[in-house]
Amino acid sequence: MAKPTKPPKPEELVKIDYNPPEKPWMEVPVEFKPGTFCYGTRPKYLEEVGLPNPREWSPTDDDWKLPSDWKDTVINGIGERLKKYRSFQLFMDICVRCGACADKCHFFIGSGDPKNMPVLRAELMRSVYRKYFSLGGKLLGNLAGARELTFDVFKEWWYYFYQCTECRRCSVFCPYGIDTAEITMMARELFNLLGCNTDWIAGPVANCYRKGNHLGLEPHTITSNIEFMLDDIEEITGIKIEPTFNRKGAEILFVTPSGDLFGDPGTYTCMGYLMLFHELGLDYTWSTYASEGGNFGFFTSMEMAKRLNYKIYAEAKRLGVKWILGGECGHMWRVVHQYMDTWNGPADFLEEPVSPITGTKFENAKTTKMVHIAEFTADLIRHGKLKLDPSRNDHLKVTYHDSCNTSRGMGILEEPRYILKNVCNHFHEMPEDTIREKTFCCGSGTGLNAGENMELRMRGGFPRANAVKHVRDSHGVNMLANICAIDRATLSALMQYWVPDVEVCGVHELLGNALVMTGEKERETDLRLEPLPGKEEDEDV
Amino acid sequence: MELKDLLREKRAVILKRWFDLILETYPSETSSFLKKQKNQFSNPVGHTISEGIEGLFDGLLEESGTDGISPFLDNIIRVRAIQEFTPSEAIGFIFLLKKVIRESLQREIRDHRLYDELEGLDSRIDDLVRISFDIYMQCRERLYELKADEVRRMTFRLLQRANLVREIQD
Repeated sequence: MAKPTKPPKPEELVKIDYNPPEKPWMEVPVEFKPGTFCYGTRPKYLEEVGLPNPREWSPTDDDWKLPSDWKDTVINGIGERLKKYRSFQLFMDICVRCGACADKCHFFIGSGDPKNMPVLRAELMRSVYRKYFSLGGKLLGNLAGARELTFDVFKEWWYYFYQCTECRRCSVFCPYGIDTAEITMMARELFNLLGCNTDWIAGPVANCYRKGNHLGLEPHTITSNIEFMLDDIEEITGIKIEPTFNRKGAEILFVTPSGDLFGDPGTYTCMGYLMLFHELGLDYTWSTYASEGGNFGFFTSMEMAKRLNYKIYAEAKRLGVKWILGGECGHMWRVVHQYMDTWNGPADFLEEPVSPITGTKFENAKTTKMVHIAEFTADLIRHGKLKLDPSRNDHLKVTYHDSCNTSRGMGILEEPRYILKNVCNHFHEMPEDTIREKTFCCGSGTGLNAGENMELRMRGGFPRANAVKHVRDSHGVNMLANICAIDRATLSALMQYWVPDVEVCGVHELLGNALVMTGEKERETDLRLEPLPGKEEDEDV
Repeated sequence: MELKDLLREKRAVILKRWFDLILETYPSETSSFLKKQKNQFSNPVGHTISEGIEGLFDGLLEESGTDGISPFLDNIIRVRAIQEFTPSEAIGFIFLLKKVIRESLQREIRDHRLYDELEGLDSRIDDLVRISFDIYMQCRERLYELKADEVRRMTFRLLQRANLVREIQD
């Protein structure tokens, strides 16, 4: 028997909210506000890689110039992917809306927009899935949480699936392990069936396809930029380094994100690599063709990611190297670690990587034949193969940001920390819930590092910046180290907005500062050409 | 009885009500999260607002100068300047304090005839709005600077190589 209900108390009656209830989320149309979305792609980028529906368009247009059968394309596209990827089917079916993920997304935490809760972001697509692919949804429609695919729904998808950085923090907390990143990937594949990529992603894709790197730089530009860095290294250390390019027969091919070659502070990280390899006398070569570790195809479609990734093994084969060493990058490593072997392998023409300096076998890279530089360097330090003077970094109080892809995607947690603790004397961790597997995203990954969506990036990056601010206030931290090129590029802007006195660097920049090189002159400056501690000029005296 | 004493006495009630009203400027799903989650790293927005309004409230009572109050205002406005708010909504949360004080202390103000003191407090609150406008504009201008800076930084070496970078001579 049901319990009799008590009449409300007077004070409870007073609390009644007379505001009309808010509209259910399905009935709130999306509004494109400047600063929160990226520009639509220019047609030339789609034409260059043969993607459909190239035309001039903008997300704020009423007409996106979609083909008349666009709806069929999307529904069929979902159907194909449900068959192809069992995980996608599972993720559409098994969510029980427990809400464990809801407050774990940096975009929700920073923006306060409920549609940035991972559960609701996924529900944007699940509702359409139910309508067209589940019996309950077909029969009961809205009652079963199903809805028609309309142009407004498609626009809503576009807005919110380009507000997910595929960082996978939510999946760490999901009791079913639902990976919202994979749902976002599917959504972005569907957009690309209709020519609806962003300009910031489609541009690097086209450039990579034609010339091997995001900026579309040609071989002579790449070599001369590295030579520029070599001049700086000579000025700082007195040592002239002469790396090789496209050298057949080298033992190791080195591949790094092109951001390290042209953008600050990535270039200082690159100087660190060059100095380390020189000091070791490593038999390695750069490639001006496999000149990009990053892969914006990964933010477009699996097929495009595979196409752009192909060059790495192809170049390793052409040059006849034994194995591949990779620089500090985030999503590049997700691709290498989880997809490269099945897409473009087996790399049976390469050997299982062995460090020529320590003899360590990198068994974790047995199939991919590609080793992360943080593992390589940590192993060198562990075996006492490097002479280091951490006091050269005494002007820095360092904390470490785990990049989403290297931490959650492949478990590189200890190696960068081990290097940092050996190359600097002042290292402080950020709070526990904001690092390692639970790290907060920079807010600008998966091709969201454009300029026009700066407001969105500042929202998404706020939880990360907030933790940095904490260690700045409690320990005086002034340097945020990381092992990702997108982090190096975007955290700088994030810090300038939220914690202006903290700078950003790669781990190998600090290694380059501390590395005592054979025959070097007494160092006066760090790799940024700023005076080392105790070497400041006494101009003011 | 002075208004300040009353405000001190009712500090917790006023701050809680002010906090709740500010959170009502967010969608309902969001405001319940911002209220419930107490961990400052899991809920930086809620934490920034609650810490910020405490600082503002105490600063108003102690009549701290702009330097004492600005950091608290800056923390809150820096967040709201990049969220889904119009400029007036972003800084309008300050006016809510007037409403809360009137609601909470209506009777006491009337009984003790504290209108002069209330007027003084109102004018100090208006001052906060004035400072807020400066902070809001700084935040927005910073956003545009960031865009320009980032483009320059991303291709710095290329610009340098093409002799497009010049150091400004003192």
